[in-house]
Order: sequence, then structure tokens, then C-alpha cells
Amino acid sequence: MDGKFSVSRRRAVGAVRTTSRLVFSVVLTFIGLLLVTFLIGRVIPVDPVLTAVGDRATADVYERTRIELGLHLPLYEQFWQYLVKILGGDLGYSVLTANPVTEDIRRVFPATLELATVSAFIGIFLGVPMGVLAAVHRGRWPDHLIRVVSLLGYSVPVFWLGLMGLLLFYAKLDWVAGPGRLDIFLEDLVDPVTGVILVDSALAGNWEVFTSAVRHLALPASILGYFSLAYISRMTRGFMLEQLSKEYVTTARAKGLSEFRVVWRHALGNAMVPLLTVIALTYASLLEGSVLTETVFAWPGLGLYITNSLLTADMNAVLGGTLVVGAVFIGVNLLSDVLYTVFDPRSR
Amino acid sequence: MIPVVWFFRVLVLTGRINFSPGLIIVVGITIGLFGIQCHAKIPQDVLIMATQIDDMITLDPAEIFEFSAAEYAANVYDRLVTFEPDDFSTVAGGVAESWVISRNGREFRFRIRPGLKFHSGNPVTAQDAAYSLQRVVRLNLSPAFILTQFGLNGANVHERVRAESEDILIIETDKSYAPTFVLNCLSAGVGSVVDQSVVQSYEVDGDMGHRWLRTNSAGSGPFMLSRWKANESIVLKRHTEYWREVPAMSRVILRHIGEPATQRLLLQKADVDIARDLGPDQIAGLASVPNVVVRPVPKSGIYYLGLNQRSDILRRPRVVEALKHLVDYQGLRDSLLANRASIHQSIVPKGFVGAIQDQPYVLDVEKARTLLAQAGYGNGFRLNIDTRNTSPAMEIAQSLQATFALAGIEINIVPGDGKQVLTKYRARNHEIFLGRWGTDYQDPHSNASAFAYNPDNSESSVTKSLAWRNGWPHPELSEMVGRAVREKDGARRAALYREMQRIHMRVSPFVIMFQDIEIVALRKNVHGFISGPTFDTVFYRNVTKD
Repeated sequence: MDGKFSVSRRRAVGAVRTTSRLVFSVVLTFIGLLLVTFLIGRVIPVDPVLTAVGDRATADVYERTRIELGLHLPLYEQFWQYLVKILGGDLGYSVLTANPVTEDIRRVFPATLELATVSAFIGIFLGVPMGVLAAVHRGRWPDHLIRVVSLLGYSVPVFWLGLMGLLLFYAKLDWVAGPGRLDIFLEDLVDPVTGVILVDSALAGNWEVFTSAVRHLALPASILGYFSLAYISRMTRGFMLEQLSKEYVTTARAKGLSEFRVVWRHALGNAMVPLLTVIALTYASLLEGSVLTETVFAWPGLGLYITNSLLTADMNAVLGGTLVVGAVFIGVNLLSDVLYTVFDPRSR
Repeated sequence: MIPVVWFFRVLVLTGRINFSPGLIIVVGITIGLFGIQCHAKIPQDVLIMATQIDDMITLDPAEIFEFSAAEYAANVYDRLVTFEPDDFSTVAGGVAESWVISRNGREFRFRIRPGLKFHSGNPVTAQDAAYSLQRVVRLNLSPAFILTQFGLNGANVHERVRAESEDILIIETDKSYAPTFVLNCLSAGVGSVVDQSVVQSYEVDGDMGHRWLRTNSAGSGPFMLSRWKANESIVLKRHTEYWREVPAMSRVILRHIGEPATQRLLLQKADVDIARDLGPDQIAGLASVPNVVVRPVPKSGIYYLGLNQRSDILRRPRVVEALKHLVDYQGLRDSLLANRASIHQSIVPKGFVGAIQDQPYVLDVEKARTLLAQAGYGNGFRLNIDTRNTSPAMEIAQSLQATFALAGIEINIVPGDGKQVLTKYRARNHEIFLGRWGTDYQDPHSNASAFAYNPDNSESSVTKSLAWRNGWPHPELSEMVGRAVREKDGARRAALYREMQRIHMRVSPFVIMFQDIEIVALRKNVHGFISGPTFDTVFYRNVTKD
């Protein structure tokens, strides 16, 4: 009993140690992230008071606002005050939108989440098979074709692709709806529950709004999906080539397994382990928000929010947005670690 | 997406991988998932505008000082006095139906129009008007100077701005000013009348409801705020008890579309009724589009160069004069700024009292070379131009770079974000600043005080006008600015501004080049959209759709 008890105790202690190490590193990462962003915000040659009071404000209004924003304090004190506020759950007010930053993020993040998730699905479900096919047919025309498609995805600016997509699929062919998340006169017909319109409209059973949301999402998601597809397919091809050259693949073939089983189950199954990290990072970067896509498609997401805030030195908003991006990266990485253990028994 | 995976499986299993058509089909399926034929029509009584509203940071008329928010306020709030769409040069009654000015010129007695109602249903009274003006002065936010320049401050405003009765409002100024000047200032956004009882009910810590009003409305104008999503959209709904004719549009939606090319596509597809920020490329592209009309609207914004007098080179009058001869005014107007600007070389915009049309400067490289040689710069020099990285500022800067080079002046363009460029400009760290200046209110004093008034050129000056930013004190002009604003006789006042501008044009380190023209592109079925000379004289109340 004692032996069993001490083993389970050791395990418990180990788990606590691992967890506290994880928590410590997460907290440290956040503080580092905030500090760097904070300093960048103070180094850029933009006067934050101008954002708040405009160009025409009188000297006394300017000075009063500078003090209200705490800009008269030394940098370390400004940062400390900000950290204390964050610990109290207060991200402050955005100068640019006049709203609490938490409220702004609650509004813009679901827009990015919706776009990123659909884009990631497109990227994964097309990119992985394309990478597998390219590897299986290495050096032959499917491989070349997929390379060209991938390179195009890499090298054509998303901004241009977006505009051309709008011109062709929206303006000429009328296959998809135009910019924005919804036909604007349909807004407010569905109560926001999650902020993700597809989910909210489905929950409310309002299929007119749902259809409009799908049609608005189609093009930006396809374009962002294409961008991530390019990366995922190239990486998949590389991982698959490595797996296909291994002895277990030859053995499997020699045993008479079907080519489908060899490629899609055994080789891809093993390639999935490193691929998970690629997919996780791709998804995380999509969740940061794509400024250019969001600009072209008037998609009010996180990327655009942070960029606009940074350009106008709206530091509460920038820091709040950075926190979210940091949380997303850490969260997605943790998730990929968990999935790692599922796909790779050795890591358990 | 499961069918997609199965599709690949089948292809591989059967060994018949025909990738090219496969890819096409997969893409087809993807697009097919999203359906086809996506056009939903805008309802007849809804007006949708594609515009850039990312400068909108507050909806409180005591704080509003940005273009799009000023336009919002003009449609949601009634002002004490205003301009009628058929005459933007004469102040007309708004909330005040009439007014009387005392003999000494210091007391303005306004009679409030009877029967006006706020969106809440409350009647509009003189007390509401007094409270609104007191609020602007006491909050003392960015546009407060428009009122405080009459000697009003937090301590005396209750005394000097007061309701004598339900329908009489009295405003006392510290000195005797030109009546037109006072009235023009009251026609600005700070003259908006807010619903006192509603605003006060949201007061927190003596903020006079400021925090609440930043994202809400309490006016009596033709429209009321329905929803504002910063950087996304603003939705207004009509005020059914509006004192003029009730608007035909039940909703007006301003949708933020940052990219002009996207605005054009939306207009072309009839997904918006009006596009407000099209560039020359988009305008040219719309020429062949049926059912769209493009309407140029003269605005009061001015494009100018500020030559910092703290620079040893730019301090020399002959250099300044030479630069005024190195701008290709006509070439720019006819090409890069076609339909977007007219040549204007004086500080008071066309359409304002005392505006002049003199255009003494043309591109004259030989004359500029001679002047530079006389100034000791026959071999030219190098300078930086700071400007915003947006159109048309960048295009103007590039043209200047080319024409300045003809006289041996090497220009380095330093583009930056608006706030970044302004930060440098306000710190007087620029050499040449290429900018656009919009008037604060519809009176010549607005620009005269910006471009010519600089009584204290020291770092601690409280009047950091454009003249100050460019390190240019001119006592004679500063005195004239003060004199013109107090001149009661309209004709003499206009003459003073004309004289002031001619001196300014000759000696100032400002190269005034163009006056703004806004291009409004509308669907042909939209009528009655009014866009006046300033950014806050845009009215939606008369819009109808066929």
C-alpha cells in the first residue's frame, strides 16, 4: 500500500510541478509580450494624446489629457499601473472606439475566429490531400501542378488576390456576396450569443441570416484558406516523402496492403505528428487576424483592430489585442501538445 | 468537407487520379457549398453609404472634432443656428428661430423655435440650449475653444449663457465681436442642442453624461442613433416627430469600407447607394457604369505646404518665393487631382466671406532658378517633405519632387501615418510639411487664425497655430486677424480678410495650392443627398429613392 501510495504521491507531485512550471512560463510569456508591446507603443513616433484630442486641441486640453492618460509618469510606472489594472480584469478604454477594450475584443475576435476557422478547414482538407498526392506522385505532373498552385498561394499578395476575387466572383459572376460579414440590413436580426454569426443564426434558426453569412464568408475564407493550403500542402509533401522512404512502408507493401492503406493510413498517420504543429501554427496565425484580407473584405476582425490601434497609438487596445493573440498562440500550442500524445504514443 | 476527402479516396483507390479536373471539381464543390446568386436588394426606405468612418472616436457633440463624427452630429442634432442647403453662406435659424443682438454687440438673445421635440419626446427648451453650451465649455474638450474664444470659461459660463425663460436663451461675450463670427461659430457642432434631462440621467462623477454620450445620442435632429460599431458601421433611424419634413429614409447606414476599390464594387453592384471615398481610378472606372452618377462637391479643405522657418534654407524669402513657383498647379489639377481639387492660392476657401480668387503663382522654373541663385542656392539643396502616406498627398508629393528637381532641389519624401506625421509637425521637427487643412467652422477667422495668427513664437506658446508650427510670427497679420474678428461691418470685415490674404500670399512661408473637391458617387435612383462646403454640412434628411 505504502509503495503504491508513494508512487501516486510522486506522480501527483510531478503533475503539480509540471503544471506550476507551465503556469509560470505562461505568465512570464504574457508579461514579456506585454512589456515588448508596451515599449514598442512608446517608441513609435506617434503621440497618443493626438489620438484622444485631435490636432486642433488647445494646449491646456492637450496637457490635461496627457495627464489623464498617465503619460506624464515614468515608463516603468505606466507599465506597472497597467499590469495592476489587468490583474483586476480591466483592460481599460480604447481611445479609438470609446468602448472598454474587453467589449471591443468580444466584438472583433468572433469575426476573426469565424473567418480563421473556416479558412483553416479549407486549408487543411485541401492542403493535406494535395501534399499527399504530390508526395505519392513525386516528380510527375500532379506534383508539378501542386507546386505551381502552392507557389501561387505563397507569392501572390493576399490583398491583390482578394480584390481580383471580388471582381470575378462577386462583381462579374455574382457567385458570392460582397464585403462585410452580412448584408448590413440583416444585422441585429439575430441576438449575439457567441458572436460567430454562423453559429448564432443557426441557433436562432434564422436561415436567411445564416445564408447571407455563408455567402459573405465564402470568398475571404477561400482566399485565406488558399494561402494556408499552400503552406500546409508543401509541408505535408515533405513529411510524406520522409515517411514513404521508410522501411515500414516497404514492409507494408510487401505484406500486400492496399496502396490506399499504406499511404493514407500508415504513412499519413505518422506524418500527422509533425504536421500537427504546422497546422496548429497556421491556425494560430489565422486567428491573429489578417489585416489585408480584413481591409479588402471590410471584415471587422482582430488584425484590423490591432493595426488601427497601433497606428494611432491607442495603447490599451493594442495591449488588449496582444494579450488575446498571446493567449491564442499559447492555447493552440497546448492543444497541439495534447493532440501530439494522441497521435504519437511515444510522447505519452 | 467529408465528401472532398471521399472524393480523393475514390480517385486514389481506383488509380485514376486526374488531378486537374479533380482540383476544379473540389474548388467547385467548395464554392458550391456557399451557393450562387447572392444578390439581396436594399429596401426602398433604407440608405446605405460606403464610407470611411474609422476616424469616428466619439459621438458626444461636446467632443466631436473628426470629419465623419461631425457629419453624424449634423444629422442627429439640431444646432442653435444652421445653414440651409440652398444657401451655405448665410446663417439661418435652427433651434433658435430668431435672434437679437444688443447695441454694444456683446449680448445675443435667441428665441427658441416652438414645438421642437427631442428623440425622447421631451420638448426642446432654452434651458436645454443653455445646458448644451455650458456643457461644452465646462467639459473643455477639443472643440471647446470655438466657444471659449468668446471669453467663456467654467467659472462664468452659467452666468453668461443662461435661459431667461422657456424660450429665450442669452449668450454674453467678453468683447464685441463681428456678429457673423459669433453666429458662424454657433453653427458648428458645439452649437448642437442635447436633451438635458436624458443626458443628466446618465451623469457619473460629474461628467455631465460625457461617457454615456460618447456612444449614445440625445438630440432632436432628423435621425437618431440606432447602433454604432466603431470602425464597422453606424446605423441611424428616422425621427418621426422631426420639425421639418419627416425623412423618407427609415434608416441610414454608414458602412465603413476602407478600400476605395471595394467601395466602387459595392456601388456598382447596388449593394450600397452612395460611395464617398473613391479615387481617380475608381471614378474613371465608373464612367461607363450605367445607373451611377458621379457628383463633384467643392469643399473647404486646403492642400498646402508649410515651410518651417527654423530651417536656415527655408527662412530666406527668395527661397520661399521660388518654391511657390515650382508647383505644377495646372498639371496636378488636370491629372492627379482631376475632379478632386481646384487651384486655390489663398487661405480663405472659396465660398467663405472675404475669399479671393487671386492666382499669382504658376509653374515657372526659370524664375525659380533666378530666385534661388539670388538667395545663394544656385546649385540647389536637399530637403525632406513630410506627408501622410495616403492619396492624393503622396501623388502631390511625387509631383513636387519632380518639379523641384527642375530647379536643382532634391526632395526626399518622408511618408507616414497621419498621427505620426502630425506628431512631428506639431513638434516643429519637419522641414516641409505637405498637408490638408479643413476649417473648424464656417467663418474666415477659422483659417485666418490658423495660418496667420502667431503672437508668441516661443515653445511655451499657448496658440500653437499652423503659423507657430512653421515658426513664423508676423505681428502685422496677427493684429489684422484680431481686428477682422471684431469688425461688425460685414463689408469692412470682408475687405480686411481680402487684404490679409494678399499680404499672406506674398510673404508667408505657406504654399497654398488647392481646394478640395469631394467626389460623391450615387446610384441614379438616389436623390436629395446634400453635401455642403464643410464636412459637417452633409444632410441626409431630404434623401429619397425611386
